[in-house]
Amino acid sequence: MVVQTPNGFNLDNSGKRVVVDPVTRIEGHMRCEVNVDENNVIRNAVSTGTMWRGLEVILKGRDPRDAWAFTERICGVCTGTHALTSVRAVEDALGIEIPDNANSIRNIMQLNLQVHDHIVHFYHLHALDWVNPVNALKADPKATSELQQAVSPSHPMSSPGYFRDVQNRLKQFVESGQLGLFKNGYWDNPAYLLPPEADLMATTHYLEALDLQKEIVKIHTIFGGKNPHPNWLVGGVPCPINVHSTGAVGAINMERLNLVSSIIQKCIDFNNNVYIPDVIAIGGFYKSWLHGGGLSSQAVLAYGDIPEHANDFSAGQLHLPRGAIINGDLSTVHEVDVRDPEQVQEFVDHSWYDYGEPGKGLHPWDGVTEANFELGPNTRGSRTNIENIDEAAKYSWIKAPRWRGHAMEVGPLARYIVGYADGHEDITNQVTGLLKTMDLPVEALFSTLGRTAARALESEYCGRLQKYFFDKLVTNIKNGDESTANVAKWDPSTWPKEAKGVGMTEAPRGALGHWVQVKDGRIDNYQCVVPTTWNGSPRDSQGNIGAFEASLMNTPMERPEEPVEILRTLHSFDPCLACSTHVMSPDGDELTTVKVR
Amino acid sequence: MSHIETFYDVMRRQGITRRSFMKYCTLTASALGLGPAFVPKIAHAMETKPRTPVIWINGLECTCCSESFIRGAHPLAKDVVLSMISLDYQHVLMAAAGHAAEAALEESIEKYKGNYILAVEGNPPLNEDGMFCISAGKPFVEKLRHVAKDAKAVISWGACASYGCVQAAAPNPTQATPVHKVITDKPIIKVPGCPPIAEVMTSVITYMLTFDRLPELDRQGRPAMFYGQRIHDKCYRRAHFDAGQFVEAWDDDNARKGYCLYKMGCKGPTTYNACSTIGFNEGVSFPIQSGHGCIGCSEDGFWDQGSFYDRVTNLAQFGVERNADQIGMAAAGAVGGGVAIHAAVSALKAAQNKAQANRPADAQKEEV
Repeated sequence: MVVQTPNGFNLDNSGKRVVVDPVTRIEGHMRCEVNVDENNVIRNAVSTGTMWRGLEVILKGRDPRDAWAFTERICGVCTGTHALTSVRAVEDALGIEIPDNANSIRNIMQLNLQVHDHIVHFYHLHALDWVNPVNALKADPKATSELQQAVSPSHPMSSPGYFRDVQNRLKQFVESGQLGLFKNGYWDNPAYLLPPEADLMATTHYLEALDLQKEIVKIHTIFGGKNPHPNWLVGGVPCPINVHSTGAVGAINMERLNLVSSIIQKCIDFNNNVYIPDVIAIGGFYKSWLHGGGLSSQAVLAYGDIPEHANDFSAGQLHLPRGAIINGDLSTVHEVDVRDPEQVQEFVDHSWYDYGEPGKGLHPWDGVTEANFELGPNTRGSRTNIENIDEAAKYSWIKAPRWRGHAMEVGPLARYIVGYADGHEDITNQVTGLLKTMDLPVEALFSTLGRTAARALESEYCGRLQKYFFDKLVTNIKNGDESTANVAKWDPSTWPKEAKGVGMTEAPRGALGHWVQVKDGRIDNYQCVVPTTWNGSPRDSQGNIGAFEASLMNTPMERPEEPVEILRTLHSFDPCLACSTHVMSPDGDELTTVKVR
Repeated sequence: MSHIETFYDVMRRQGITRRSFMKYCTLTASALGLGPAFVPKIAHAMETKPRTPVIWINGLECTCCSESFIRGAHPLAKDVVLSMISLDYQHVLMAAAGHAAEAALEESIEKYKGNYILAVEGNPPLNEDGMFCISAGKPFVEKLRHVAKDAKAVISWGACASYGCVQAAAPNPTQATPVHKVITDKPIIKVPGCPPIAEVMTSVITYMLTFDRLPELDRQGRPAMFYGQRIHDKCYRRAHFDAGQFVEAWDDDNARKGYCLYKMGCKGPTTYNACSTIGFNEGVSFPIQSGHGCIGCSEDGFWDQGSFYDRVTNLAQFGVERNADQIGMAAAGAVGGGVAIHAAVSALKAAQNKAQANRPADAQKEEV
């Protein structure tokens, strides 16, 4: 039976059912089921979040100054972004303003995360959907060297000998029979289109990026003490600045600043010499594979981030854009106000929670969560051994957030579409330049490849912005301002009896919001609506499908039993399931009634 | 069963000469703080031992352990994965998914029965029939039991697997449960921290590869070589603690001078870890060095010990050794004051050694 969703997709679950569980190379636990027709084209898609941790329940009654540490542990991949969102939410609630230096340092850390996360995503989580390391064994190292020099003349590691060494190492690894991480890959699947030389070049960069990523994060280590999970502070940043006087060890001094600066340059160089050229080169071979657009051409959302000035979150002052596009109308960028109870609402009709009445949507301020794990009557298998999920019933630990009732896509592509539609100068220049280089129309953006390309462009942009805020930090210090924290309202006795606040960031995976209510110095309610909740959302009460599901629709598969195409498109969102499945009630103790067995 | 390559075979295959190999062994010995007498021992181990298969599974967690692991600098993550172990199953990095991934898991279990290391990141939730964490349609706890059954030893990565971590903080809505409470018949090495230091993670693995045995564990099951001392005891700001010089407020003059963070809630005095010696991210820094107190992330139940900004004790005086000792005693769970910390540590060590000696042989000298 074919059903048309309100957001315009024709779902047909009559064909062969394909299950992918676990979906790997993501953060957390996820399942995907699709139906394919007789031509192996996907005609129905079901995405299930398969984990729930209940962090917001745990936050109830805690010191709001501690919340950053709890929420940071929502995700160790996009580490720091939840912490930043949390301190912003608490500062918003308590009316705390941070110093300029703290704004610059936070921006550098957040931008650093964007670059790190995007590079690790592309090379270590996503590349194997496009790149075949086994095919790299057939490459001619000399031709690979020529390819490398053609696509990126400035990258120093490009000699034939260098590629031969890497190829030998790969060859011996493959011949050992212990394939480790590459075991049971889909290496003879015709969905892989690269010539061996491109495969060798990209596989080599997989290894280079693995070495580089541990360098990139040292910026977090300098300012926050470690990575993953650097330390943050309500009111500013914990690291003091002392560039002139005694005792500078342990404070931000000239040596630390120089280290930060050198790492920023490494990010910029890698983006320019490796990441962007690779995306263009690999993308060039996949130009005919423009599937996976899903919601991107019709409904995208961005909260915006990277404030130019401390404490000013107005849309015009953000380096990453804010706005919403609906109904595919790029000529109108709608204003987004996350405090407005009409704008952001979450639904649970197809999620393993219960609101007590069907079809109800709740703003995060008023969110209610009662876990309710029940499977539909058409489930195949049993309660603890699911063979096929029944998507007509509840089928995910992820809620369904909607913006003014619309299912939305968030993430780098959403940000870039909003920025492009809004005439954001850097973004427009990047997008126009890339499309011209690749000889593609703007419609090509609305695809899996577009999502992957937008992420690369954003890494490049954020790399440069790191330098901008580094220079701003140094200039401010030069002008005599070494302040990094505002402690006027550190003591809970200075707080109002009741307060509520919102924190927003653009996490690497998309729009992230935390809503906090503080009462008598303690957290009374805490809500996170995170990027993968938007993208990985199940159907809502109206039947609208979410971004993951929409993106898989109508994609042809070479071999349904080898889900290369499904992985390729799901990975293009960089799913983070530990992030997505967090919810709580203002009356959090309802959850403690969950049956203990 | 096909021939399993030794570590030495792998190095030779990669064009590494015998001479370079011996140099590598020498470097390994010195990196581990061992004398030249150990070089032949290491060389022998590597010449005769196959690449050990590691199966790495994920329960409820945040993936910070995987992320930390790939931050490893010595050895590099790529060298660990390509040359030192055979990482046969690892959700975050593996190429295969779905049925192909689960088939790879079963093949490895079958082929290396009793010879693989199980590394667990995260923990199983037991509420709701375990369905707060579903893997391949089934509760994660089933997978954990299944893979543990034929493992040689289990590594509990991070605070989640070791103690439960954030999802097990009160009221622990999913009943997230540490690995050792579910798997009770295997040697378990806890490597706590949120996350653990990258080089601590790789060192635990390479120690087992090199010395053919589990590392010496403290009474909580943590490798003594990395978790034997308090952060406070090796903190470079300790002199300021002893001198009574404290940060009184964030970003005050004392903070800029790098004084002790004890009054800002630093949990260094009650936390056993290698942060103040090894440091994070190739020793670039650690939390205290970057101006924030330690939050105690390698200790059991650190989420439920009050605010991170509460002082660890309400001692009336600061800055003298005696007070530090009392804090240390509290941390060790001992009673009575006035005992020198060194004596306490020694006593603890003696108890651990005894506990080690009393453990079944397979639990401590298991060949891995």
